[in-house]
Amino acid sequence: MAGYEDKSFKWIGTRPVRPDGVDKVTGRANYGADMKLPGQLTGRILRSPHAHAKILSIDTSKAEKLPGVKAVITGKDFPEMHNGVLPGDEGVNFHYLSCNIMARNKVLYDGHAVAAVAAASAAIAEEALALIEVKYEVLPHVIDVDLALKPGAPLLHDDIFTTGVTPKPEKPSNTVQRIQMQLGDPDAAFKDADVVVERSFKTKAVHQGYIEPHAVVAEWSEDGQCRIWCSSQGHFMVRTLTARLLQMEVAQVRVIPAEIGGGFGGKTIIFIEPTAVLLARKAKRPVRIVMSRDEVFRGTGPAPGTSIDVKIGAKKDGMLVAATGEFRYQAGAFPGSPVGAACMAAFGPYALSHVRVVGYEAVTNRPLCYSYRAPGAPLSSFAVESVMDEIAQKLNLDPMDLRIKNGSKEGTQMVYGPKLKAVGNLECLKAIQNHPINKIPLGPNQGRGLAAGFWFNLGGQSSAVVNIAEDGTANIMTGSPDIGGSRASMALMAAEVLGIDYSKVRPIVGDTSAVGFCEITHGSRVTFATGMAIIQAAEDVVLQCRQRVAKMWEVDVEAVKWEDGHARPAGANAGDQKPLSLAQIAAKAARTGGPLVGSAAINAGGPGPAFGVHICDVEVDPETGHVTVLRYVAAQDAGKAIHPSYVEGQIQGGVAQGVGWALNEEYIYGEDGRLQNSGFLDYRIPVASDLPMIDAIILEVPNPGHPFGVRGVGEVPIVPPLGAIANAVARATGARMTDLPLTPPKIRAAIDAKK
Amino acid sequence: MSKFHITTTVNGEAVEYLCDPKQTLLDVLRDELNLTGSKEGCSSGDCGACSVTLDGRLVCSCLVLGVEMQGRSVETIENMAQGEKLHPLQQKFLEAAALQCGFCTPGFLVAAKALLEKNPNPTESEARYWLAGNLCRCTGYDKIIRAVLETAADMRGSK
Repeated sequence: MAGYEDKSFKWIGTRPVRPDGVDKVTGRANYGADMKLPGQLTGRILRSPHAHAKILSIDTSKAEKLPGVKAVITGKDFPEMHNGVLPGDEGVNFHYLSCNIMARNKVLYDGHAVAAVAAASAAIAEEALALIEVKYEVLPHVIDVDLALKPGAPLLHDDIFTTGVTPKPEKPSNTVQRIQMQLGDPDAAFKDADVVVERSFKTKAVHQGYIEPHAVVAEWSEDGQCRIWCSSQGHFMVRTLTARLLQMEVAQVRVIPAEIGGGFGGKTIIFIEPTAVLLARKAKRPVRIVMSRDEVFRGTGPAPGTSIDVKIGAKKDGMLVAATGEFRYQAGAFPGSPVGAACMAAFGPYALSHVRVVGYEAVTNRPLCYSYRAPGAPLSSFAVESVMDEIAQKLNLDPMDLRIKNGSKEGTQMVYGPKLKAVGNLECLKAIQNHPINKIPLGPNQGRGLAAGFWFNLGGQSSAVVNIAEDGTANIMTGSPDIGGSRASMALMAAEVLGIDYSKVRPIVGDTSAVGFCEITHGSRVTFATGMAIIQAAEDVVLQCRQRVAKMWEVDVEAVKWEDGHARPAGANAGDQKPLSLAQIAAKAARTGGPLVGSAAINAGGPGPAFGVHICDVEVDPETGHVTVLRYVAAQDAGKAIHPSYVEGQIQGGVAQGVGWALNEEYIYGEDGRLQNSGFLDYRIPVASDLPMIDAIILEVPNPGHPFGVRGVGEVPIVPPLGAIANAVARATGARMTDLPLTPPKIRAAIDAKK
Repeated sequence: MSKFHITTTVNGEAVEYLCDPKQTLLDVLRDELNLTGSKEGCSSGDCGACSVTLDGRLVCSCLVLGVEMQGRSVETIENMAQGEKLHPLQQKFLEAAALQCGFCTPGFLVAAKALLEKNPNPTESEARYWLAGNLCRCTGYDKIIRAVLETAADMRGSK
C-alpha cells in the first residue's frame, strides 16, 4: 500500500470536535423517530403472546371499521418468497426474513408480529390492535439450546435439515448446522499434556440495548416509488432487503438515513420497514412506526444464549499442547446464530498446533438472534479464558505469563485458515503486564481477572465522493451511517490527504440515491473501508489538481507535487512556479476543466485482525453476592487511531457492555415461553454508578492492509470482559462459576457451596 | 375522546396546546410542539433520554402527563444553549468526546445541568449516582463523567 506509514501526520491522531457534534448536544440532530411528514399516520404492530402457535385465523374487520383506521395488514399482504438461498441472495433466506417481519401460518416466539395498523393517532392505532381477533392453536415450545438440539424437541420448522453432517438427515430438526475446523490432532496431543482442564459453560441471551428504539417513516407514491426515512446501520441494506421483500426494483426505493441512536449489530437487519411501506401504500398516506422498548426486547434481534464445552491441555511449563471446544449456539426462531464466527475466534489469542472447534446452531422459540458486536466471540472467549485461568491456577503460573508464552503473533496459523500478518496481541499483553494496576494490593474478597480477545474485522464495499467548492472547502459524502463519530474520522483523513484544515471539510452521510453503495456499518469496517474510499476520493482530487496545474504551468503532471495543501514544482525542471493552494486551484476550476470532484468505489480487503487484553479488579460482597468493579484497564491494538478519543470511546463502551453481559443481563423466560423482563427496569444494563473509570490504552501496530495502518476498533473491546470479570470473581471468591450472568444469588450459592 | 386545552410555559415562552389525557409531556413536546430534542428510549422512566426540568426539578417527561402541565414551567434541551453560545456542559461534551451515537446526550445534559445547579462541586461518586437514571450504551460513562466533573471545575473557576 502507498506508504503513509513513515509520514508524520497533521490531522490524523488529533482530537477535534466532531462535525455533527453541535447538532447532537443541542437536540437538533434527527433520529429515526424525529421525522414527521405532512399527513403522517401512526403505525402499530400486533404481536403474538405465544411462544409457538398455529395461526388458525385473523379477523381484522372490526379494526378496519374503527374511525381513524386507514390500513390494516397481515402476512397475506406480503409477497411469498423463495424458501432457500439463491446465488445473488448474499446468503439471505428471504422467506425466513419475510416470515420474521410478519408471521404467516405460525408464530414462533412471544413478540412475533402478526398484523399491523395505520391510524390517525397512536390512541386509535392501539384501540385498533385490540380489535384484531387472532385465533391460535398453542404448540409446545423450546427455549433452551440444549433442549432444542435433542431429538423429539418441539419442531419449529419442517424444512430445516441439519447441514454439515453425514449422512444428510432424512428428518427435519431444529439443528440448523454442524461445523468443524481443526488443526493437527488434538485427541492424540492431549496425551502429552501434564494438566488438562475441561469445563462446561452456559450463557443467557442478551440484548444490544441501544437506547433508540427502531423507527421508520415510509411514504409511497402513485408511480410505484417509495421513500423510507429510518435509523439503521446501513440504509443500502434497508433498501436492498425492502425492495426484495416487496418485489420492487431497487432503484425505486430511496432510503434516507436518520441519525442512529446506537445499534451494536442490532440494526444490521430490518424488522419494520416493509410493514411501514405496505401500510403507507394501502393508506395512501405516510406512516411512521416507532417500536416501544417492550417491542425492542421481544421483536428484534438479540444475541444468543449458549452452551459450551472447552478442554485445554498444557505442559507443566505452561506450553499449551491441545485444545478443543464445542459451541452450541441458539438461533432465534430462524437460522442466523453467529456460531461460525464464535468457533473461529474462540482460540484466536493463542498459537495452537492441535486444536478443534465444533459448532452447533439450533432454532428456538425466541426472537431472531442477530449480530451483537463481535458476534459470537464474547461467549466462546469467556469459556476459553475461564479454562486458561484455571490452567494457570493448576500450574501455579502467572495468568499473564501463560498468555504471553502461548500468544498468537505474526505467522501464527489460525484454525480458520490464514496465518496472521502483523498483529498486536503480544503488545497488548505486555502493555497490561506493565500497567501499574498490577502493583495495587488486593484486599479481602477482592480478585484480579485477566482475559485476551480476538476479532477478525471486516473490509468490504464502500463508496465516497469529495466535492471541492469554489473557495477550496470540501464536502465529503459516504453512505456509511455514523454510529459513533465516523464523520470525524472521515473528515480527518480527507483533511490529511487534501492538506487543508479539518474545519474546512464538511462530511455528510448521503442517502441511497445520492451516493454509491456502502455495506452496512458493521464488522468494525467504516473507518477502515469507508475511510479507504475517502482517502482514494481525496487522492483523486489531488491528482486532478496536479493535472490542472500542470496544464497551467505547461509541464508534465509528474513535475507537479502535492504538499501541505498546495501544488508545488516537483523539482528544478518544473520551473520557478509559485505554489498554488487548493483554494486558488478551485477558484480557477471553471477555466481548467470544470468542477473538482473526486470519487472512489472500492471493495476493501486486508482489514487486519484486532486484539485486546483486559484486566480488572472486583470486590465481591460475601453477604449479598454483589460484585463491584473496582478498576478496569483495557489495551487494544488500533493499528492507527484516526481520532483517539473515539477509539477510547469504543473500548470503554465495549467494556461496559461486556460487564453488563457478565454480571447483570439476561433474557428471562417463564415456563409459558414468554419473556418476563422486556424493559430497562428488569433487564438492567450498567448505569454510571455501576462502573469505575475505564482506562483505555491504545497501541498502534500498523495494519499492512491500510494506507494509514488502520484496524477496525469497534468490536474486539466486548470480547474479553466476560472472561476478565468471571476470572476476577473466581479469584475473589475461590469459586469458579461457569453460568453467566454472575448474579448475586448465583454467587451466594457458589460461596455457600464452597463452605 | 375530547382533548384538554392546556396553557403552560415551555422554555420561558407561553404555550397553548390541546392534548388527550393519555399523552405524556414527552408526547406533547415531541408531537404537538415539535421539540424533538427530548428522546423516547423506554417510556417507563428507566432511561432518562427524555429528561427535562419541570418547575426547576429534573423529571422524566415520559412520566408526566400533558394535562398536568397547566400553569407549570418546563425547560428542555432546546433551551440549554443561550443564543449562539453553548452551555459549558454542551461545549465540554463536544471537546471531551462524551457522546457517540448522541441519542442519550440531551437527557444527560439536562440531568447534568440540574446536578451542577444543585451541587456545583460533585464528587465522582455523586455525579455517577445523580446520572444513574440516564442510560448510555455507547460510552461506558467514562468520558461523560469526566466532562461533567471538568465542567463543574471550570464553572466554579469562572465565578
